[in-house]
Amino acid sequence: MKIIVLMKQVANKDAILRINKDATWIEEGDLSYEVNESDGYALEEALRLKEKHGGEVVVCSMGPQRVKAVIKDALARGADRAIHVVGDELTRLAPLPAARALAEAIRAEQADLIMTGLQSDDNGYGQTGVIVAELLGLPHATIVIELDASDDKLRVKRELENGWYQWYEMPRPALLTIQSGISQIRYATLKGIMAAKKKEIREVAPTSDMTSGAPDQRITKIYFPQKTKQTQFLGDGDAKAGAAQLAEKLRTEARVF
Amino acid sequence: MSAVAEEKKIIAGGSFLIEERTPEEIFTPEDFTDEHRMIAETTREFVDNEVRPATEELEQHNWQLARELIRKAAELGLIGVNIPEEYGGLGLDQTSGAIVGEMMGRSASFATTLGAQSGIGLTPIIYFGTEAAKQKYLPKIAAGELITAYALTEAGSGSDAMAAKATARLSADGTHYVLNGEKMWITNGGFADVFVVFAKVDGDKFSGFIVERQPGLTSGAEEHKMGIKGSSTTALVLSDVTTPVENLLGEVGKGAKIAFNILNFGRFKLGSMCSGGMKLMIREAVRYANERHQFGRPISSFGAIKAKLAEMAIRAWVGETLVYRTLGLIENAISGAQDSEAKLRGIEEYAAECSIIKVALSESCDFVADEMVQIYGGYGYSADYPAEGAYRDSRINRIFEGTNEINRMLIPGRIMKSALSGKLALLPAAQKLMDEVLSPTLGALDEDAGVLAVEAKLAAAAKKVALMTLGTAVQKYMTALAGQQEVLMGIADIIMDAYAMESSVLRAQKLVAVQGEEQSARHLDMVSVFCHDAIDRIETHAKQTLAAMSEGDELRTLLAALRRFTKRTPINTVAARQRIADVLIKANRYAY
Repeated sequence: MKIIVLMKQVANKDAILRINKDATWIEEGDLSYEVNESDGYALEEALRLKEKHGGEVVVCSMGPQRVKAVIKDALARGADRAIHVVGDELTRLAPLPAARALAEAIRAEQADLIMTGLQSDDNGYGQTGVIVAELLGLPHATIVIELDASDDKLRVKRELENGWYQWYEMPRPALLTIQSGISQIRYATLKGIMAAKKKEIREVAPTSDMTSGAPDQRITKIYFPQKTKQTQFLGDGDAKAGAAQLAEKLRTEARVF
Repeated sequence: MSAVAEEKKIIAGGSFLIEERTPEEIFTPEDFTDEHRMIAETTREFVDNEVRPATEELEQHNWQLARELIRKAAELGLIGVNIPEEYGGLGLDQTSGAIVGEMMGRSASFATTLGAQSGIGLTPIIYFGTEAAKQKYLPKIAAGELITAYALTEAGSGSDAMAAKATARLSADGTHYVLNGEKMWITNGGFADVFVVFAKVDGDKFSGFIVERQPGLTSGAEEHKMGIKGSSTTALVLSDVTTPVENLLGEVGKGAKIAFNILNFGRFKLGSMCSGGMKLMIREAVRYANERHQFGRPISSFGAIKAKLAEMAIRAWVGETLVYRTLGLIENAISGAQDSEAKLRGIEEYAAECSIIKVALSESCDFVADEMVQIYGGYGYSADYPAEGAYRDSRINRIFEGTNEINRMLIPGRIMKSALSGKLALLPAAQKLMDEVLSPTLGALDEDAGVLAVEAKLAAAAKKVALMTLGTAVQKYMTALAGQQEVLMGIADIIMDAYAMESSVLRAQKLVAVQGEEQSARHLDMVSVFCHDAIDRIETHAKQTLAAMSEGDELRTLLAALRRFTKRTPINTVAARQRIADVLIKANRYAY
């Protein structure tokens, strides 16, 4: 079974973020980066499937040279080879052009299964995986927490709302987006790290028609959550007056009675 | 092609005092490969995810859990990192091993456990074990199936290790040794399977042995220690314990060579672990200082706290610089060495540097722990917060692997040994300097231009002061110098600061060459502050030692030279420390 895992590099969770000058993204200069969390779980599922059924795991990531860190980490954990879609501006693409570039980079691979995280921890659109499936003409399932690929079909368990789950049967090839926290991610062993040095990383450049043109969507402004709640002190030290004001507010503003 | 392989240039240990180095010549963390960084990340993940959450259980002496953690560490390759491939290890470079050590330092107790397992309890077998012993033990140690310990110290012989009373006697049929005696303060003593034990054959031939746990080998009760409570420390009683002759390490009577060489490794490793520990403590302290509000603002915004945070970062950065510069020297000397002898010579060459690292890093680590407690204030004194444990854990580093007093005396001692054997042209250099000092026309030091020109000049001056005090001591005491402990310790402090000043200047200059001055501004600040403070310390130590060794006109001449060498205009270290702290505060972690 050939499995492709799409992985994104995102800003470190612990990083203190600063908004850039035109308020359209964060300052990237002094950021440290890490693997998008749910993509890490997607890789783990792929490696487990390979261990069970044999085959190959190919990791694919997109962005400037710094994303090599994500690729090498995946290779050290056990992926067999990698495709790097190279370009400095690619991390800023909206979901559709991003999915186009990714889909074209992996189309020729004819994978049996494509896996990725359910969303990225930076933009959080949750769209890129689904659009890749559409562009490649594949069925997809989202928010997958368990899967069985023991015959030529796929059985996947999806997480719904309110503690509900759904088992879902679908044909292969297919694309799955994987939920975080569903397994224990393996470490990159020192042996794996050294072995990764010899694994292939193929660089591809997206053609401009994939990523240029008028964007379907763009970020116009980003900002830190604004404080919308304010503490009010009632009564000005007079408990009786405060109680009366509170009762009035509960009746007219909160409308609890 | 030449039939004779080109001889590799090995920089003599201690030569930093008399030779000039360029920034490109020294190894720094900026030279790590991607693989080194990934090894660091794997180790960090392992320690943070598996070990640190288990601290409380380990502190309750759950040694089964310690065994499991060692096995897990082994699966990741963290124990076999420097074990040769033919014996089940990975055979990676020394840098990889040092990186693992540094990250292990994030858990003081487990770092101690693993320091025995993959350091002092293992290295003697790699370097001195017979082929049979290596085949038998190394693969199982690499796999974490066998736990090791190192048993040198006895109740009556600590720093004076050769005074050990434990005995070993060859059996009548010559097939095995019978050991008797008592050992003290044995890390992993409570649950180790295999021990490296030192004992005297025929009452006087100090020798090393591999001994397996057996009925005659009894572990004492766990010691009630001040810190690193999550590591096992017990006494060990050997009562007619036997071990086959192939478990002899090296030769009969050559145990001192093993004990002292292994301590060089141990001292180096201790330094790298302290480095990791310091960075974690700084991260915790910065986070706390950012979160804790008093007078309506985070305490990190106050100058008093900023000064502390900055100094903590400076000590950590300079310490790390020392560790990796020395590592580069060791790596160069032992990579490609054909046999154990050659490799051992490689590390022995840098015995003085290893002692510098041991003393400097353990004292910086203690400083950082102490300031961490202070930043946490009342919470720093509570066992419910991390500072209290860090403070207790840190203290042992100044004691084990040779006390800092012993190591201080070793620093000038080892350098003089190299000088007297002619390996290091120190004496001619010292003589030349003394002639210069005593001549009426002492020339001014060259005025350099460029990045860190002043600091580079101060570092050069520091080396001259070291040479001047050492030269004066040799002239005055000749072979009786070894008995002048106060003078030796003062000179050691000067040498340590001189090595640290030069190393940090070179590292910063190397950084500037790669990423430019603007990107390196925070590092340049650190080097400036460190060098200006260090030259003050050096001046004080030099005055004390010179006044202890000479008097009258001679003393006045030496002090005049000292003033000349250390002449400088103070810089605004207050503002520089604020800038250094602001970087930490903004990043909310150790960001150097």
